[in-house]
Amino acid sequence: MTLLEVNDLAVEFNTPEGFVRAVKGIGFTVERGRTLGIVGESGSGKSVTSLAVMGLHRGAEVTGSVRFEGTELLGAPEETVRKLRGRRMAMIFQDALTSLHPYFTIGDQIAEAYREHHGGTRKAALARAVEVLGDVGIPEPARRAREHPHQFSGGMRQRAMIALALSCEPDLIIADEPTTALDVTVQAQVLELLMKIQQDRGLGIIMITHDLGVIARVADDVLVMYGGSAAEQAPADTLFTAPRHPYTRGLLDSLPRLDAEDGEALRSIPGSPPSLLNPPAGCAFHPRCPVYAATPSPLCTGERPLLRQVAAGHQSACLLDGVTV
Amino acid sequence: MTGFLIRRLLGIAATLLVICAVTFCIFYLLPSDPATQFCGKDCAPDQIALVRKQMGLDAPLIVQFGHYVLAIFAGRTMGSGQYAVQCNFPCFGYSFQSGRPVWDLMMDRFPTSASLAVGAALLWVFFGLSAGVLSALKKNSWIDRTVMVGTIGAAALPVYFTAMILLYVVVTVLGLIPYPRYIAFSEDPVGWLRNLILPWITLALASAAIYARMTRSSVIETLAEPYVRTARAKGLPERRVVAKHGLRPALTPVVTMLGMDLGSLLAGAMITESLFGLPGVGKLFADSLSKSDQPVVMGITLLASFFIVSSNLVVDLVYAWIDPRARLS
Repeated sequence: MTLLEVNDLAVEFNTPEGFVRAVKGIGFTVERGRTLGIVGESGSGKSVTSLAVMGLHRGAEVTGSVRFEGTELLGAPEETVRKLRGRRMAMIFQDALTSLHPYFTIGDQIAEAYREHHGGTRKAALARAVEVLGDVGIPEPARRAREHPHQFSGGMRQRAMIALALSCEPDLIIADEPTTALDVTVQAQVLELLMKIQQDRGLGIIMITHDLGVIARVADDVLVMYGGSAAEQAPADTLFTAPRHPYTRGLLDSLPRLDAEDGEALRSIPGSPPSLLNPPAGCAFHPRCPVYAATPSPLCTGERPLLRQVAAGHQSACLLDGVTV
Repeated sequence: MTGFLIRRLLGIAATLLVICAVTFCIFYLLPSDPATQFCGKDCAPDQIALVRKQMGLDAPLIVQFGHYVLAIFAGRTMGSGQYAVQCNFPCFGYSFQSGRPVWDLMMDRFPTSASLAVGAALLWVFFGLSAGVLSALKKNSWIDRTVMVGTIGAAALPVYFTAMILLYVVVTVLGLIPYPRYIAFSEDPVGWLRNLILPWITLALASAAIYARMTRSSVIETLAEPYVRTARAKGLPERRVVAKHGLRPALTPVVTMLGMDLGSLLAGAMITESLFGLPGVGKLFADSLSKSDQPVVMGITLLASFFIVSSNLVVDLVYAWIDPRARLS
């Protein structure tokens, strides 16, 4: 059975400044042992999507369908979702310093999650905490378990965050920018650790990032998000070799290249991400789109484009697909 | 930890010494003369000069200050000959007007002020925190709006106004209790309670309102913290998320504020005590001010500084106990 199946997911907020459609029409599946990368700029809706899957939105309207092993989570009783949370699906947050509680020891925080789902004594839960801390490569785990988050280095803290997520042996891990706050060398270590754990335990992973380098390293499938919608969805190899959406091409072009000619400037996507309060009509990307700039089409300012099949297993939401500049 | 404590205690001693010096200078410069007060208005100038000499008031400022500070630890005999008075440790000066050491005067009054301050603090902490937490959890509901409107009103009420309204309604109109007068707890616990209720409410009302507003914003802020989201992501029940992961950090600043407020109240709530005729340190201060009984005014000033400075230390220690990040390694 498919581990996670998301269909037509939409998240709406009623803010004092107005009504915000943070995410609309998102769908994807995650299988055991596979990694889905969700990539996009800040405000593209990637974190909102992950929090919606976990049922962690407060005061937001979440519609569509989120099925975990066939069980529909949207509209399910809070108690049902809560029992899955942390136990079957766990989350790794970006900034471990603010995401771990400053007042409690690392060991206590991990043990608390374990005890919530497995019961048992405090002592057994603490032993489990020490065990997972060791699993994620923290030296002297028994001693470090008694320390507080601020006594850990950035990389160790992120490992502790991963240990927390792993403590109940979940089937799905959602990692929201897990390496963004880390040094490059530590980044590589943390990603390797995640990949190794995935191999050992057959985890499904959703890796949320704005970093295409991370995607290239870990993802099997990729969902590119722009302005709260899906722009392109494809297997990672296909996406890097044959991108179809102008936004994806722009993202790939703006990566710095070592083989660039001398004097060749870094390319970037002109403009800035769309306002969610007041999104552009039609395709959210059209104001920044080079294809639209070259061959303006009323299609792009009409209806909001949906993903369409452009090749086997490859979907793109560009209405001008096939037009090249 | 021991090093930290020693450093802090030395710091407190130095602070108090400076406060002591400044207050001493201020009172030294004031025109009112203890010798005249002691001797009486009809004293001849040569008599006053004699008294001055016998009380040691003719010595230079620095010598007098030295005697004053030393007496705090060792006690002293004030004056000499027929005017000699004994002022035992800890000697904070001698009130010639009432013929008693300042320390004894203050300690007679202290239980009253402490009863008032601690009772009021319990009231305002209980109601302020409950209202604040409730308001935060029911943000933007009618409960929240009611609490917020009520607290802004209560915070704006001056103490003397609250006291008069309370006395008028509870005592005069409803006749629920007789006009309050202070009864010691050891004498009659029920009477003690009944007579302190109105002063407690008076003193607690504005603080409760301020604490409620502060608690509300602190709780709302904390519940939006990433670590609270992590607690939810772990699958903890919402009740536990709020109570364990949310409230503890949210109440840390409230504890800090409580320490300072309680510290400054222990040396007397001047207005409330005067309004209700409570024989506390605050009332003693007000009376001594109007009688120009300077040794008492100075003694109470020092007592108040002592409470404020030491509550500061207590707050720091409590803070380090609550928040591990504040602990000194």
